[in-house]
Amino acid sequence: MKHFNLMLLTMLLPLCMMGQQRISGKITDSRKRPLQGVNISIKDSYDGATSGADGSYSFTTDAKGTQYITATLLGYASQEQKIFITGPQEINIIMRNNVNDLKVVTISAGSFEASDEGKATVLKPLDIVTTAGANADIVNALKTLPGTQQTNDREGLFVRGGTGYETQTFIDGMMVRNPFFSGLPDQPGRGRFSPFLFKGTTFSSGGYSAQYGQGLSSALILESTDLPQRSSYSLGASVIGVSGGLEELMRDKKGSFGVEADYTHLGPYLGVVKPTYAFSKNPEIIGTSANFRRKTSSTGMIKFYGYYNQTNMGTIRPSLEYPGFEELFELKNKNVYTNLTYKESLGHDWKLNAGFSFSSNADNIYLDTLNKTNPLKGKTQSQLTQTRLVLTKGLGQYSILRLGGEYQYGVEKSNFGGWQANYVDNYTAGFAESDIYVTPRLVARVGGRVEYTSILAKANVAPRASLAYRLTANSQFSLAYGDFYQKPEQQYLRFKNDLGFTKATHYIASYQHVSKNYTLRVEAFYKKYNDLVKTGRDTSTSGTGYAKGIELFWRDRKTIKNTDYWISYSYLDTKRNYLNYPFEVQPDFAAKHTLSIVYKYFIPAIATNLGVTYSFSTGRPYYNPNLPVEKFMSEKTMTYNSVGFSASYLTSIRKAFTIFVLSVSNAPNFKQVYGYRYSTDKLRRQEIVPNMPRFVYLGMFMNFGIDRRQDMINNL
Amino acid sequence: MKRILFSICLSIGLVSAAMAQSTQYEGAMTRQVAMLDDSTNFAPDRLLEIANTFERIGAAEKTQWLPFYYASYCYVMSSFMQKDNDKVDDLADKAAVNIEQAEAISPENDEINCIKSLIATARIRVDPMNRGMKYGMESADLLVKANKINQENPRVYMLQGQSLFYTPEQFGGSKTEAKKKFEVAMQKFSSFKPASKIAPHWGEGYTRGLLAQIK
Repeated sequence: MKHFNLMLLTMLLPLCMMGQQRISGKITDSRKRPLQGVNISIKDSYDGATSGADGSYSFTTDAKGTQYITATLLGYASQEQKIFITGPQEINIIMRNNVNDLKVVTISAGSFEASDEGKATVLKPLDIVTTAGANADIVNALKTLPGTQQTNDREGLFVRGGTGYETQTFIDGMMVRNPFFSGLPDQPGRGRFSPFLFKGTTFSSGGYSAQYGQGLSSALILESTDLPQRSSYSLGASVIGVSGGLEELMRDKKGSFGVEADYTHLGPYLGVVKPTYAFSKNPEIIGTSANFRRKTSSTGMIKFYGYYNQTNMGTIRPSLEYPGFEELFELKNKNVYTNLTYKESLGHDWKLNAGFSFSSNADNIYLDTLNKTNPLKGKTQSQLTQTRLVLTKGLGQYSILRLGGEYQYGVEKSNFGGWQANYVDNYTAGFAESDIYVTPRLVARVGGRVEYTSILAKANVAPRASLAYRLTANSQFSLAYGDFYQKPEQQYLRFKNDLGFTKATHYIASYQHVSKNYTLRVEAFYKKYNDLVKTGRDTSTSGTGYAKGIELFWRDRKTIKNTDYWISYSYLDTKRNYLNYPFEVQPDFAAKHTLSIVYKYFIPAIATNLGVTYSFSTGRPYYNPNLPVEKFMSEKTMTYNSVGFSASYLTSIRKAFTIFVLSVSNAPNFKQVYGYRYSTDKLRRQEIVPNMPRFVYLGMFMNFGIDRRQDMINNL
Repeated sequence: MKRILFSICLSIGLVSAAMAQSTQYEGAMTRQVAMLDDSTNFAPDRLLEIANTFERIGAAEKTQWLPFYYASYCYVMSSFMQKDNDKVDDLADKAAVNIEQAEAISPENDEINCIKSLIATARIRVDPMNRGMKYGMESADLLVKANKINQENPRVYMLQGQSLFYTPEQFGGSKTEAKKKFEVAMQKFSSFKPASKIAPHWGEGYTRGLLAQIK
């Protein structure tokens, strides 16, 4: 009988559950504002409702007894509440903002990041290519960001009162010894690497991670692309040359390889547009590169990139020393760069990044005051071999620990007119750093770097620390501090090696507001220089200096339809006593005020992107040897103005994605004077001006997908 | 004996519960899917409400891919209708979460690949300059995959035609090529038999509408 009751109960159980109850209530956020669109349900049943505009909901359910009511809404943490249903119920639920990746604070002081997806970034990789006047050169594009100087007569990126040498370039963590093409006097070479090679670019104007060293001022951190989505080949032609490339995605879609070649010759262009100084040899560049990428497992990846390039060029200009004579300067450069990296997850939240890189650079220089002096031949060579290993461990939900080491073997050789000055350096560094999330809103990065270099026979310990605090969903405040050491430039080390490390200490405070369409950044910094190179009777590292300033960045993608613009302003107060300076003065590469406005306008109807970039900076000091010592660097050049223009038309020719680009740098042909050079007898001077003050570039690029299946489908 | 009786009774109870569950599923899904056949429900907020219901059904059933499929369909359709670009990614994310759940239950499914392709297409709009290439390719590749699984699925041809129809000619779009695709789609629609009342069957009227615009 007992069993019979049980049987009856079992059979009738589903029926017993009939009888409906009404559940209703209101859903609000933590500030009691009603939430619309919340999905409320009785767990494991169909019963539920969606909240209305006033946050209220109501539904009936057959469920009885102990149940769970759930509420979900995008951007909010899902709620689950235990309820006991006996009759009609009113259940009010408060939902809290979800802490997702987008809203977790990240270290931002001093750095600008350009990357594809996910986090709200200040720049996209394409921005680098489409910035007018930058001519698709990463460094030129970065010169529209705050902190950089318009120092276009010297090689490199001049950041916050630092020289070009103080900015170090890294590809996948590894230092690049010669990131720029070798240039002619006063005409620096552009960056060697195409922006299309990289999926992420981080430009740090100070206070950067202990992972990177040997840059007193700045780090340009480039991250190479992963596997392409499909096989393709590309062709390019422009007024200065041609290029072609092939990229093949392997059949299993786990690997790819590619080759590229380009040939540049400025002869035809210079036949039409006359430069300031004639070329004895029109610039000619031959470049090739190869890459290979392979997924070794679901988390592992091996990447190889190799590059060979040679350039050949020369100019003739009126001699400053010998009036009526001409100076010949000819340059041949050969450059090899290779980079091999491997990454893999080791389990237990450990990740490994390993890298090996070899690079070699040779410059052959030929100098001659024609018909006056004997020619001088010079040769400089550098080779850098390096390995790097980084282990990363995830700690908890967000925190990370990084440990790593690197070793570099550098050979520097030079030979001028038979005078040789060579050296070899073994550089070893180790670092440890941790990003500690106290809460998702507050992160501290604490770390340090230890370095030893055999040429100086000295070691250093560089502490680094930064802190970021998220104020609201879109805004955060950050602080950064760090010591940065760098070997003196090769030209001084060649002749004297009992020098020390040069040193800079950074202090940065920054506020930023980043939403999808607007970015505002304000950053203030103070940088103290110690042990800078001093020349004169004896070379030493006893120079000093400082830089301080305020920088603003504003970007708006929304206010004006189809328009995206940004404005950068930098105020820089810097003085230094280095090289042959008699005391601390504003150096000749630094301007007090720098402004850039980048404007991009997209016309969807004709698929054309128009861009204008305006750059301005106040005059830079120059050395006039006719003035007394106390007036050293007291005179300033004219202000710098430049307007770059670009138009790109996107189209397809047959099956090829095609871009036509027209770009004009310094379109109004403003006169630009970077400084003056004086003759030894101080009687004559020459303006330092760009050799091609206005450059017109017209080119087209085609990219063909060679996915056969796609073609077949399209022809069905 | 008692034990046997008991187990019989128990199984009757369970079967009746299961049957109730299954009729409940069929009933609820039929009602919901019918809503999607009614064009008055095609408003961005209304679709989200319907998506919520599908999500509830999916969460309760756990082993049926269709509720997740339809929830994803509602989200992605709502994202297409949004006036504000800012909401598109969030909705596409929601659609993606649901379609992944569907795919976990039913892998290698042509209908699911169609929705995944739609999600990729939806994301392009947020930033065509930066995203066009990547998501355009992804969207096309997914349709190729769907077509491989089932060459009779009319929605694949319809979506391929739609992509040709809306892509500017400079980027490889073509109204005449689109028309060819739509005509194939219409042919396939006429012979297409949905597996059940609640299986995906949308798109015929839409295709006809687009075809009419070309003619």
